[in-house]
Amino acid sequence: MALLRAETLPISVDADVVMARQKVRAWAVEQGFGLVDQTKIVTAASELARNTLIHGGGGSMRLEALNDGAKKGLRLTFEDRGPGIADIELAMKDGYTTGTGLGLGLSGSKRLCNEFDIFSRLGEGTRISITRWK
Amino acid sequence: MDRIPILKMGEFLLVSIQVDMHDRLAMTLQEDLTERIVSAHAHGVLIDISSLDVVDSFIGRMLGHIAAMSRILDAETVVVGMRPAVAITLVELGLSLPGIRTALNVEKGMDVLRRAGNSRDRLLGENGHGTVAG
Repeated sequence: MALLRAETLPISVDADVVMARQKVRAWAVEQGFGLVDQTKIVTAASELARNTLIHGGGGSMRLEALNDGAKKGLRLTFEDRGPGIADIELAMKDGYTTGTGLGLGLSGSKRLCNEFDIFSRLGEGTRISITRWK
Repeated sequence: MDRIPILKMGEFLLVSIQVDMHDRLAMTLQEDLTERIVSAHAHGVLIDISSLDVVDSFIGRMLGHIAAMSRILDAETVVVGMRPAVAITLVELGLSLPGIRTALNVEKGMDVLRRAGNSRDRLLGENGHGTVAG
């Protein structure tokens, strides 16, 4: 698998979530994603960027344009140094929320991607990586 | 501070969301609309989202809140112009927007509001107040 390009953006204020959506859209277009695939990964990025900001107290998003033989993909990694997630299995459940949201951010964004990885340690932070292939 | 404009047309309020909203802007719209429904004695709210290429759980929740609040304030809400890719993504995300009336475009949305207005007038005409039996 070849890494074509990478970039890291900060997520520390409201406007960064908007910027993250726009960046992911531009990269998805560049990777040749169709409209539905673009919309899915941008929506997942929006959910996870907001989580990074609200639950993680800010952090970063790394974009990676991938090429695996004939397949093109986009991997996004969200990282924060927030409180971490105590029970990942519970956090992944539809409707579970510690905030005031709908509890669809994690479970929903997993459904919108082909690969989903989550790593979290209490007191240290959370790293979530999603990949969507064309 | 930027705001989404709210237009008054007869007893209806029209909102067309033309920008990629950050979360605070969405909250402001929700508050502004609630106030305008009361101050303008509006009986219907039409929200055009045809320019939105992403509706995530936050925006979905905002639309639900607007619909619920306007109902309590005796106004009907209809959301129009959702793009097909957005609809596909919303369902996969797990958000089916319960309690929100939708229509394909502004014209059809106005029909929905007018019809709701007509049946409302009939009810008020028959028993002199707004209570609905059954």
